[in-house]
Amino acid sequence: MTPREAILGKIRNQISGDQKDASRRAAVANRLSNAPRGVIPKRGQLAPAKQKDLFCKKAEAVQASVERVSSYGDIGESIGTYLRERNLPQSLRMGEDPRFDGIDWSKAPSLTTETGPSDGSHPVGLSHATYGVAETGSLIMTSGSDNPTTLNFLPENHIVILNAEDIEGDYESVHAHIREHYGKGRMPRTINMITGPSRSADIEQKLLLGAHGPRSLHIIVVDG
Amino acid sequence: MKITTPEFKSNAVDALANENLQKAMGHVQVGFIEKRQVAADGLPEFEQLRDSARDIKNHTLAHLDLYLEAYSDKVEESGGHVHWAQTAEDARNIVLDICRKADAKTVTKGKSMISEEIGINDFLEKKGIAPIETDLGEYIIQLRGEAPSHIIAPAVHVLKEQVEEDFRAEHTHLDIDRNLEEPETLLDEARTVLRQKFIDADVGITGANFLIAETGTSVIVTNEGNGDLTQTLPKVHIVLASLEKITPTLEDVSQILRVLARSATGQEQSVYTTFSTGPRRDTDVDGPEEYHVVLLDNGRTNMIGTEFQEMLRCIRCGACMNHCPVYHAIGGHAYGWVYPGPMGAVLTPSLEGVEKGGNLPNASTFCGRCESVCPMRIPLPKMMRHWREREFERGLNPATQRWGLKAWAWFARRPKIYALGAGIAMRTIAAVAGRKGRLSSLPLAAGWTKYRDLPAPEGKTFQQQWRAKGGS
Repeated sequence: MTPREAILGKIRNQISGDQKDASRRAAVANRLSNAPRGVIPKRGQLAPAKQKDLFCKKAEAVQASVERVSSYGDIGESIGTYLRERNLPQSLRMGEDPRFDGIDWSKAPSLTTETGPSDGSHPVGLSHATYGVAETGSLIMTSGSDNPTTLNFLPENHIVILNAEDIEGDYESVHAHIREHYGKGRMPRTINMITGPSRSADIEQKLLLGAHGPRSLHIIVVDG
Repeated sequence: MKITTPEFKSNAVDALANENLQKAMGHVQVGFIEKRQVAADGLPEFEQLRDSARDIKNHTLAHLDLYLEAYSDKVEESGGHVHWAQTAEDARNIVLDICRKADAKTVTKGKSMISEEIGINDFLEKKGIAPIETDLGEYIIQLRGEAPSHIIAPAVHVLKEQVEEDFRAEHTHLDIDRNLEEPETLLDEARTVLRQKFIDADVGITGANFLIAETGTSVIVTNEGNGDLTQTLPKVHIVLASLEKITPTLEDVSQILRVLARSATGQEQSVYTTFSTGPRRDTDVDGPEEYHVVLLDNGRTNMIGTEFQEMLRCIRCGACMNHCPVYHAIGGHAYGWVYPGPMGAVLTPSLEGVEKGGNLPNASTFCGRCESVCPMRIPLPKMMRHWREREFERGLNPATQRWGLKAWAWFARRPKIYALGAGIAMRTIAAVAGRKGRLSSLPLAAGWTKYRDLPAPEGKTFQQQWRAKGGS
């Protein structure tokens, strides 16, 4: 008997469950295919404009900074100013997301950009979020060459662009999009749900930002 | 991990006399309780979500065999491997085998209670592979050669001055005159030292908060980001998880996530909730090349179908210990094994046997705060009572206690003699206490009267008063 058979056999024995029991199998198959939604908090069930406001408010409540711009064309200048005001280097590491093509970098003439994952030597990372969740101000990041996972964690400062149209009220609405995009039961290698910058309270319960991940998280919401 | 639960009483006495520990435990009582309350009050659907989370886990446990099969198939489909481990020893050997195949010299680790349960650090070290804890709290206790004393705040028993001493002793390559007085500077130093270790590691080991049957995904919920660096940078990612972590769908995970962080730290959501599915794809430019899941039983299947099955709903948030007066008084180490507090008092005898763990369910006043805050509505006091019954059935508690209970039971079944005896006892105690009205020593209860006097009974017995007031 393999360990797998032994463990599964033991469970069936303990619950007197028959593997071939059609009603048990149907209950499992139903749940997996229908993925019923449970209790959805009302706080995110708002008109789109209000959802966007709630997202920004919730993200700021967990120590992210948020800036709203009206188009991708405004992002270059916004990032240049953000870095200058915080005395950060004018250099960005980013993935190959085609949406970055819409950014007008000429508005930030001293800024240099390079493409690829991070090895820990980059002070500022730029990513594009796939979705935002208003309920808790969370960003949903999906892995791939367009937005490598290492950029979410290794640079000390993380700037994330979020298209306001991709803001949903709750996690469940995002799951629906993920299924539609990747296929039922399939996922990208990594989904990072990010809610604020890295933190730890492991020393005497004192909350400190910037544990192993980014010390700062700056979200640029593109309206319109 | 070596179990010292049988020495619980002397452990507790030592803990009460440990000044540093007593000072550190003060932080637990202040922070966690209020933050949880604020977070729970801030979400009108919180109580409904607790019901929903409970129901999801009950359904899953009733169909655990089928969900495990579905999960395992999905992991393999996405290019990962599932290793089934019946015992802690099996799990250790599986991990070692994967590490050896990867020719691993160092292994970084995200926070994992299962790794504590199977004692993987000592084991790997003996085999010449260096395990490095990367969660700040876990790193601190690894340097101190200790076990975690809390399931989400492993170094909650350590004062910052002690962390400074540990860092100075370990990080001897750094400037001896550096200032390490504040938590900020300690955190910065740990961040810098560990950053290189993340990059150098050959294998990364994490735990899992959830395993999703629908997609074959493992989920970790963290605040620091160390778990993500652990599972993203090395070539090989190993997930250590016990089999009750299975959750059917993404929707079901979202229900439980809404009560997890709120109950644990009072956050609405932890900073990083990461969903990992298989190894890196062709379209990925980072992430591990190999993805392994070690599914651990280690006694859990024995709990299924018994009065302890509900314990398998536990999501390891730590709310029960944060609200436990016994845990506040003695900290986590006195419990003597991996899991402290009320959840440990149920789980330790379940996994290690009531012979070793029987002391823990007795260390409770049954105040019920643990059950009132448990996000999964686990009836912890009820299960502790079940363990007390089992202990009694097997004759494991001391003879004096057994005789005392038998004597009381004899009287309790004979109401007339009971009433007569109670009346005599009351008058006797009152007479002995005299005008002072208090007894400063009692036969067979010297330990109790050492710290307080027993007030002598006044007036009539309960039964007499009951009758006088017309009760029937």
